[in-house]
Order: sequence, then C-alpha cells, then structure tokens
Amino acid sequence: MIEFKGVRKAFGEQVVLDDLSLTVRDRETMVVIGYSGTGKSVLLKHVVGLLQPDAGQVIVDGQSVPDLERDGLAALREQIGYVFQFAALFDSMTVADNVALGLRRREMSEDEIGQRVAEALALVDLTGTDDRMPAELSGGMRKRVGIARAIALRPRYILYDEPTTGLDPVTSAVIDQLMVRTREHLGVTGIVVTHDMRSAYTVGDRIAMLYEGRIRQVGTVAEVQATQDPLVRQFIEGNPS
Amino acid sequence: MITALGQRTIAAIKAVGRLGHFLGDTVRALPDVRIWIPLALTQMRRVGVDSLPVALFIAAFTGIVLALQASYTFTGTVPLYFVGTLVGKTMMLELGPVLPGLALAGRVGASMAAELGTMRVTEQVDALETLAYDPQSFLVIPRVVAGVTMFPVVVAFAIAVGIVTGWLTSLALLGLSTPEFLKGLKLFYVFKDVWFGLFKSATFGGTITLVGCMVGLNTRGGAEGVGRSTTRAVVYSAVLILVLDAFWAMVLL
Repeated sequence: MIEFKGVRKAFGEQVVLDDLSLTVRDRETMVVIGYSGTGKSVLLKHVVGLLQPDAGQVIVDGQSVPDLERDGLAALREQIGYVFQFAALFDSMTVADNVALGLRRREMSEDEIGQRVAEALALVDLTGTDDRMPAELSGGMRKRVGIARAIALRPRYILYDEPTTGLDPVTSAVIDQLMVRTREHLGVTGIVVTHDMRSAYTVGDRIAMLYEGRIRQVGTVAEVQATQDPLVRQFIEGNPS
Repeated sequence: MITALGQRTIAAIKAVGRLGHFLGDTVRALPDVRIWIPLALTQMRRVGVDSLPVALFIAAFTGIVLALQASYTFTGTVPLYFVGTLVGKTMMLELGPVLPGLALAGRVGASMAAELGTMRVTEQVDALETLAYDPQSFLVIPRVVAGVTMFPVVVAFAIAVGIVTGWLTSLALLGLSTPEFLKGLKLFYVFKDVWFGLFKSATFGGTITLVGCMVGLNTRGGAEGVGRSTTRAVVYSAVLILVLDAFWAMVLL
C-alpha cells in the first residue's frame, strides 16, 4: 500500500503539493490525472524518494520513505519499477544492458539475468532488439524498453509517468494493453500519471484528480465518469471552458 | 549593495554546503566496491589512455621551448649545460603537471560535466536511483578514482617526453652534447622533484574529475544548462588547479 498523508512540496515560492492525501491499495492501479504542471510527476517522485516532502508523510509498505536511510531506501527501490516519461534509457548501453542493469544489483547469475531480460523484452513485444542502442529506437519502442526495464525487476509496485504522452493513438493503445497485461501477469500495485483520459479509463481501477496541489476527487472509473464536479467534468471531457 | 553582498554570501555558503554534502555522499558510497571497481577500469582508459596524445603533444613543445629559452637566457652568463637542469626541474616540478592539467581540465572535466549533465536533464540519473544504484558509486567514484590514478601516469609520460624533446633540441639546435645535457639534468636532481610533480598531478586529477561530476550532476535546464555546466566545470577546474599549484608549492617545497 502507498499512502500520502498531508504532503506538502514547494519549489521556492511555488507550492506544488499542498496538504495532499491519497491511498493506493494493494494490487490496484491508481491513475492520477490533472492539468500539465500540477505536480503529478512530483507526486510520483516522492514514492521512490527522488524528492522529499517539506511536510507530511509518504508511506510505502508501512515504511516512511523520507525517513529511510541509504540502505533502506535502496531495498525499497528494488521493489519499485519506475517508467519515465521519456523512458530515460541509458544511451551508452544496449537495450539488453538497459533492461539488465537493475538485475545486476542483485545476486543473480548472468544466465538468470539473460533469461529475465529475454522474458521482459518478450512481454513488451521487443524480442530481438537486445543489441540495439536507444538512439536506434522509435519513441514507442523506447517507452516499451522502459517498461521492460521496470518489469524485469519483478517489482511489487510500478509507477508510470505519462506513459502515452507524445505517442500516436495506436502506439498509445499498445502501451495501455501492456500496462494491463503487466498488472495481470505480475499482480503489481501501480500508479499511472497521465492526462490521457482514454488511457486512464483503460488501465485504471480508480482515478484521482490532482488540482491546485490537492486531490480534487478520487473514485472508480465509473464514479469519475459520472462526476457532477464541474472542474473534473471539464477535464475528463476536454472542454476548453 | 548590502542586499547584493548578503545574497552573494548566502550563495557562497550554500555552495560550500553542497560541496560538503557531495563529498559526504561520495565517501559513504566508497564501500560499494563491487559497483565502482569495474566501472573505474573503463574510466581509467578514457581518462588515461585517451588523454595521453594531448598531454604528450603539449609536453613535447614545452620541452623544446624550455630548452631554447634557457639557452637564450644563459648564453654568455651561465654554462649551457644548465639547460638540462632547467628543462628537467621545470618539467618535473611545474610545467609537466600544470600544463597537461589545464589542458585536461578542458578535455576531461568538460566531457564529464557534459555527459553527467545530459544524464541529469534526461532523467537518466533519476532512473539510476530508481534501479537502487547510488549515483556516487556508479558515476562519481569511478571517474574520481580514474582521475587520481591516471593523471600521474599521464604526467609521468609528459615529463619524460618534455625532457626528451628538450634534450633533442639541445643536441640539434644548441650544440650541446648528450653528456653535457645529462650533467645539467642530474646537477640539482632530488627524488622529491619527481614525487612532488606526480603527487600534485594526482590532486589535479581528483579535482578536475570531482568538479566535472559535481557540476554535471547539479545541471538544471535542458541543452542550455548542459552548456553552462560544461563551461563552469572548465573554469572552476582551471582556477582550482592554479590555486592548488600555489598551495602545494607553499606546503611541500
């Protein structure tokens, strides 16, 4: 379970998260929606300790993330897969090395690592791309390698930061299917940050809307679709005003 | 004016704090030997072998110029075999470590700042952290270890090449014989000349790589930020090399 309790985060004068509270239950996929620049990615980075809250608590598996020491944080991160908005692949490494990097931290033989890499690449339909460099891949393929890198770790949690942004509708649908398949295959708890409503409806068990630093509404897909909150309605219907 | 002064003071204190924090994190990551040793070997090749041509080129011409300038200064007043003394002492104590150091501040420091800066702005450093790697043990320590260990090697070759080109210049252009040049070279030689130069170059190597890594990892903004970091790394490294050079001369000589 992932819990945000009264989280506040500011960058200089700009308050991004303000007394934000949200709970993500085990084995559910929570989609966080909201306008660009509202702090969705900032929220996600708190889960893995890339950012520290100014106030409040971020709790993963009962552990307060900001209070974890170096080794504790590393142990927690081994249970979390993180898919970055622009994939964040290591451009000096091949696809296979990118996927294998997280596994090399563990006590695994090269054979086991190779097998795990092959499985992860097969799951994202990228078998045979092992020796290619990230620069040789399309945007969609890079995102899929990013997902393969996260799932190769067999994590308990997966965090997706805008997984379909910048992709064409067909590739976006492929990524959505992949996220659903990953949840079914690995039984992971996930947070997906997006402003792509089609994606949110496809992959989410529940949807939370972030607005002005707080959760404006949280509910199942059906509840959010039936919301009477004009602000949430405007966002999910994409009305300009 | 008082406000500006206060802001600058606060910025300077913050910079010192960041440096302390960065060094502390680096020391804490030292026990991760399983991670940084294999990566250090790759960096040693990049820092050492790849830097050698530039360092040797500089050293070769420095040796020639030193011999010619010594001859110009000594002719008619001091016996010419002192050319060997001047070439040897200057290459070992000062120009052998400092000139390649300044050149490598540009080559190595800038390349590290640009590489790590790009990794920072494209979230590759964040990705590394989410994969449970410590950026200090994966990125910083291998580079600093390579700098500290390989700079003395590069400088040792540079000193040797500078002395050889000084000797060849003395033979070809100054009319000195090899025994005369060697007599001058040995005249005031003490072993301290060698270790002082090599020790100094190790501190230069550590400084250049540490500054390159720190500036690179603190990069903000896109391509413009990377450009700023690259320039900053070169300027800071060059200034620190000159300051360290004076410091070691005061402390050790």
